[in-house]
Parts: sequence; C-alpha cells; structure tokens
Amino acid sequence: MANVDKEMLTQFLLRMGDNTLILGHRVSEWCGHAPVLEEDIALANTALDLIGQTQLWLGYAAEVMDDGKTADDIAFLRDAWDFRNLLLLELPNGDFGQTLMRQFLFDAYQSILLPRLMKSSDQAIAEIAEKASKEAAYHVERSAETVVGLGDGTEESHKRMQAALDRLWPYVGEMFASDDVDAAMAAAGVAPDPASLREEYDALIGKVLSEATLTIPDSDFAHKGGRNGKTHTEHLGHLLTQMQWLQRAYPGATW
Amino acid sequence: MVSDREHITAEPTLPDVAQVWDWLHAVPDPEIPVISLTDLGIIRDVAYVDDTLIVTVTPTYSGCPATSIINLDIETALRGHGVEKLELRRKLSPAWTTDWMTQSGRDKLEAYGIAPPQPAGGPDKCPQCGSQHVEKMSQFGSTPCKAQWRCTACLEPFDYFKCI
Repeated sequence: MANVDKEMLTQFLLRMGDNTLILGHRVSEWCGHAPVLEEDIALANTALDLIGQTQLWLGYAAEVMDDGKTADDIAFLRDAWDFRNLLLLELPNGDFGQTLMRQFLFDAYQSILLPRLMKSSDQAIAEIAEKASKEAAYHVERSAETVVGLGDGTEESHKRMQAALDRLWPYVGEMFASDDVDAAMAAAGVAPDPASLREEYDALIGKVLSEATLTIPDSDFAHKGGRNGKTHTEHLGHLLTQMQWLQRAYPGATW
Repeated sequence: MVSDREHITAEPTLPDVAQVWDWLHAVPDPEIPVISLTDLGIIRDVAYVDDTLIVTVTPTYSGCPATSIINLDIETALRGHGVEKLELRRKLSPAWTTDWMTQSGRDKLEAYGIAPPQPAGGPDKCPQCGSQHVEKMSQFGSTPCKAQWRCTACLEPFDYFKCI
C-alpha cells in the first residue's frame, strides 16, 4: 500500500470502483433490449467487464478500509450519499445513441487514466490498472467506432447523436475537477491529477467527434457533486433501489 | 521393526510439480472445453510452500463469469488426485495475454471452429472453409474472450478469439 492517508486512498478507490459499478449497472439495463442482437451482446459484455473491474477496485477499497466489509457490502449496503461516481454515469440511458455517447466519453477518460495508473506508487492500483486498461482500450475502440458510425450516419442518427452530446457535455467537466483527494494522490504518486489529463482527452474526443461530424458545445459549464459525493442527481437513488433490492430485501443472501 | 514403523509414520510423498502440471493440463476450460486451462495460459505457477500446493491463476477478463468455475474445477481435479493442502492464488500482473495461449491450444480452437487470436487483430481465415474473405460482425461474442465474425465465401458466422 502506498504511503498515503488511508481515508483519502479509500475515497480515491471508491471513485474508481463506483464509476465502473454504476456505469456497469446502467449498461446492463440494456440486456435484452438493444436494437440488434450483436449490440445486446456487446453491451452485456461491456457491463460484465465493468462489474469485474468494480470487484477489483472495491475489493481493494475494502482491504484498505479494513473494517470487515467486503466489496459486496460496499456495493450493496451504502446509500446514495456515500457513492463517489461521476454524475455522467448515473444518468438514465436515454436512447441507444445516448448510451453509446456516454460510453465513449467515459471510455476515452479511462483509456487515458488507466495507463497512467499503471505507474502508480501503489502496487495494487498499478496491477488493477494493468488489467483494466486492456479492457478499456477495447471498449473505446468500439464506442468510438459506433459514435462515428451513428454520428456520420443517417440524418436521424446524426440528430440523435448531436442531441446526446449536447445533453451529456455538461457532465464531462467533472472528470477533471481536482480536489484535495486528488492532490493527496498526486503528491504520493498514487494517481495523476485529473486536471492533467484534460489536454489528451480533448485531443482524443475532438478527433473522434469531428470524424463523427458532431459539434462539441461551446461551453465549459460542468455539473459537479458525484465524485465528491456532495450532490448526486435524483437518478442515483432510483438506480440503487433496483441494484440493491435483493440485499435489502434478503440481507446476507448468497448464491 | 523400528525401521518399518518409521516408514509408516513418515510424511506421505507429495506429488511433484511436473505431475501437478500434467493433471492441470487435463482440466478443460469450462466455456471452451476443447482447450485446457494450461492451453489457455492462465495457470501462472505451481509450487509448494512447505507442504501446501500453491496454484497461481490469472483471470482472462476481470468480469469473466468462468473465473470462479475455473477455480472450482482446479480444486476438484487436484483434490481428486489426492492433493490435500491446496491454495489458489489470483495474480493480476502481468495481465493475461493471448500470447500465452499454446500452439496446441490454437490448433484445437481452430479445429473446433473458433478462429485463434492473431496479432493483426482479426482472424486470418475462416475456421470452416479456410477462405481469407472474412468480415467483422461484432467486437463482442458469446463469451468475454470472443468476437463475432462472418466468412463472405461460405457465409458461415464464426467466433474469433480476441487478441489481447
């Protein structure tokens, strides 16, 4: 474990694990509902990777917290105010285009963040990042391709993708809003300051979105409050009622 | 008499590591039973710490549901061969890569109708008819480790084992 404040490290790990948990759950909502079978399978596989990564991040968070809780306890027994995911990821799926736009905006972030985390001073984080970065690289390849296909597609698909980008863009800034947890992680060499990822991120999404013939909104307004837990949207609570239902109704149930 | 008694109370001989590898070589992958766990390259180490056998396994994909079944299958097989003190360890780094798949594993996959992983990122030919005219249908398939492709010559769809 890196030589850093445990509370801060826990917050960082919850941010990583809650991002993949909440997006993994949202994407899994498509299972059986996607427009074509191949996309259904692709979405389910993506969700599976994200949930697998969640087990690693929250498993390590539980180890750092060292209070007898497991990754499952963290996922299923916390309430909305304890979650540390980006607001972007808890928003309802919208249509297929909006789901893939969100996926792309997040995959692009992960595909830049995770390779940096492979150099973390915390060995467990470096190892999880090494595993997850391979999956993230595969995910961004697919979501970028789909965003281009739909953006530069028919008049209808283009219109929907531009609407999705307009709707989700105000949630992108939160990815790069650094706070004291980030400062502590950066100082200890655990994780890069997220603000330092912005330039590379803008270059990557700029290239893909221009190929998709989509226009990035001319505004840097950003909704915040997810990764620091201060203000989640009303959507998170609704998501949790479904995701946590079984453990809430039958405490301790296993299979 | 004394020497006989000593013989009886001596520690039972532990199977050697090469023997354990042989046993593991016979454990099939639960999702793709034509290849074994050793063909897949996910058994990273077999060693003893004192008299406990430590088998180190690396996951293919972090969310692969077969991971827990694989551990169960390893345990069942080795216990069946009389291994009593056994510990399974998960190792994330270095992360699994399809480069670790054995040549015999690749051959068996292809014979089964699954195109083996290629560094080029796609199958080099259709595993059914051998044609090089193939196209991607989806980057994902029936398990996390596969993608769906189609042969434009024989028109058959097929699974491609993703290269990571």
